[in-house]
Amino acid sequence: MKNAKLALTVLAASLAAVGCGEKAEEKKKVAEVKKDAPPPPPPTIEIRIGHVAPLTGGIAHLGKDNENGVRLALEEANEAKIKIEGKEAKFVPVFEDDQADPKVGTTVAQKLVDAKVAGVVGHLNSGTSIPASAIYHQAGIPMISGSATNPKLTEQGFKNVFRVVGRDDQQGPAIASYLAATRKPKLVAVIDDATAYGEGIANEVEKTLKAANIKVLAREKGTDKTTDWKAVLTKLRGRNPDAVFYGGMDATGGPLLKQARELGMKAVFTFGDGACTDKMTELAGAAAEGMLCSQAGIPPQAADKKFLEAYKKKFNTDPILYAPFTYDAAKMIITAMQKADSADPAKYLPVLAKLEYTGATGRIAFDDKGDRKDAEMTIFTLKGGKLEPIAIVKGGQTIAYEEFVKGAAAPAAAAPAPAPAAEAKKEEAKK
Amino acid sequence: MDTFVQQLVNGLTLGAVYAVVALGYTMVYGIIQLINFAHGEVVMIGAMVAFTVIPILAAGGLPPVLVVALGALCAVPVCMVVGYAMERFAYRPLRGAPRLAPLIVAIGVSIILQHLAMMIWSRNVLAFPQIIPLLTFEFAGATVTVVQLGILGVCAAMMAGLAWLVYRTRLGRAMRASAENPRVAALMGVDVDRIIATTFVIGAAMAAVAGVMFGTYYGVAQYTMGSILGLKAFSAAVLGGIGNVPGAMLGGIVLGVVEALGAGYIGDLTDLCRWGIGPAAHCADGGHFVLFGSNYQDVFAFVVLILVLVFRPSGLLGERVGERA
Repeated sequence: MKNAKLALTVLAASLAAVGCGEKAEEKKKVAEVKKDAPPPPPPTIEIRIGHVAPLTGGIAHLGKDNENGVRLALEEANEAKIKIEGKEAKFVPVFEDDQADPKVGTTVAQKLVDAKVAGVVGHLNSGTSIPASAIYHQAGIPMISGSATNPKLTEQGFKNVFRVVGRDDQQGPAIASYLAATRKPKLVAVIDDATAYGEGIANEVEKTLKAANIKVLAREKGTDKTTDWKAVLTKLRGRNPDAVFYGGMDATGGPLLKQARELGMKAVFTFGDGACTDKMTELAGAAAEGMLCSQAGIPPQAADKKFLEAYKKKFNTDPILYAPFTYDAAKMIITAMQKADSADPAKYLPVLAKLEYTGATGRIAFDDKGDRKDAEMTIFTLKGGKLEPIAIVKGGQTIAYEEFVKGAAAPAAAAPAPAPAAEAKKEEAKK
Repeated sequence: MDTFVQQLVNGLTLGAVYAVVALGYTMVYGIIQLINFAHGEVVMIGAMVAFTVIPILAAGGLPPVLVVALGALCAVPVCMVVGYAMERFAYRPLRGAPRLAPLIVAIGVSIILQHLAMMIWSRNVLAFPQIIPLLTFEFAGATVTVVQLGILGVCAAMMAGLAWLVYRTRLGRAMRASAENPRVAALMGVDVDRIIATTFVIGAAMAAVAGVMFGTYYGVAQYTMGSILGLKAFSAAVLGGIGNVPGAMLGGIVLGVVEALGAGYIGDLTDLCRWGIGPAAHCADGGHFVLFGSNYQDVFAFVVLILVLVFRPSGLLGERVGERA
């Protein structure tokens, strides 16, 4: 008995020692960060800004892209020598890797909280952002995701959680209003794969079409494993719809499209982001030509020209996907701090919630939930085996892609890069 | 009418593939009374091998139809080996065991094959190379593709070939003799173990071709594709009368047509608004309230299976059920 007690004591002591060791190491790290900075003239205030994205694994390149957006924003802010609480602000990056894994996501979120960051940009995936948001919420630290599109993120009622990218459920109305405005169909068939995502987006599409006085056929359904769509399509062919919308993923959408063309259907096929991938060409072959689909956000090439130039100069590469969004997210945190004249989350959070800001991705303001008001959605078409952006839908308005790019004064000759979004989605689905 | 004819054509194509797979079930059952649940996985492996081989062959610049045929020719020996190995190492050691034992082993083999395929070909849905150009014919209002015609032709040829083999050759006679009574067949000089192995190998070869046809027809392949296809083909075999070769052919075709017509019309038939009993909120101005949509397509095969087992356990053409219980 005595021995056991002794062992316990020893164990506790050693544990404590290890714990202290870790803390000491952390302190050392912070000290190192401090050392990196050139000695600025006092008085200064050091503000830590966190960013989390997968920096290893299948979508590490997207994570790096997001991180670069934040890095650029912080460096620009440091150069501008912003004054907060009467002192010169020095923004220190605290960047972490969540490996696109929800479990790691919560661990690094806690790490950021312990490091006393004043605000967080991230995470990249919805799957990691949602569990991590609870930790930031407890600590009262504002977080803005530049790429998590799952509606659930902002449906938790957390006042500290925002996103500058559109939600999945805003896509349905966007693709439907584009279809209604440009193709003017009289009769549309809507199919879904009986999953929460597919049914959700199909319902939104149907609602929007009906509101535009377009007739919609009785809903047809498959499953997320359906390969034989012939029965459904044969039935639809008999009704002769002008357009078909499918709410589902590319694995089922590809065969759907292929079989429709085999049956000689001429209708325009439209999809949500689940089937807005380059894999559609592989799965449907030549039948994929001319299909329409939507993705949340805007292609990075459509972002503000000044941002694109600065990014290119700094990193010697073009932004891949969401860097303009994380850049804006970081800038918004900084601007809110400036306006509130405080880096204290409790003080600048209310300012952030009401902030109206014009950034690399256009005008940003948050609604009550923390979602971006009038978030942009991009409509793509498949041309020559590649997805090409053709229009931006914003607040129910359709803007041709060229005009939008001109409006943003971005370089026009930009190759679209929509595939990574799909990659990110897939990575998430795997988790 | 066009729609009906088209559904019929779709059903026939699907049914022909079911029939070919069902033959594998029924032949094995006929001889050793084993439902080889791993048969669907052999179909999947056939599709996967062709998926790997076809792009390599296509790069050689051969005509597309030849490439697919060669892909099938590569898949056949692989599946034959799988079929033989399955029989030799999993089922033969259990020849004298109670019937439940090999049945459970069959399920185990199916899981092993599926996971092996997952390790080799990943868990993703693979885009089966689509190299045959889309050529269609109009027939009585239905659109028929070259691939569909090819599938119908190949299936018919395979079924005819098998019928010839079973009813017109020495090997076929030995197979039928082994099915009727293995002990007496052995006394008459038939090497029953060899006949059983041959049956597995023939079934696997046909499964390989079915897998290639399935992949070419739908354009996708995945490591799980064999399980539902196998279960449906099994239902077809039961529908025709398990153990009965012509029965499996008939059962496959009937099941394919039932499935296509069922999926095509269930939505309309269960639209409550059509019968005037749907909720008014949904039915206003031409609305719909569909009870069962076409996502219930897969259910038809199993409803048929249950109905057959309840009302005619011997199947449409079956006569031997219970004979050797």
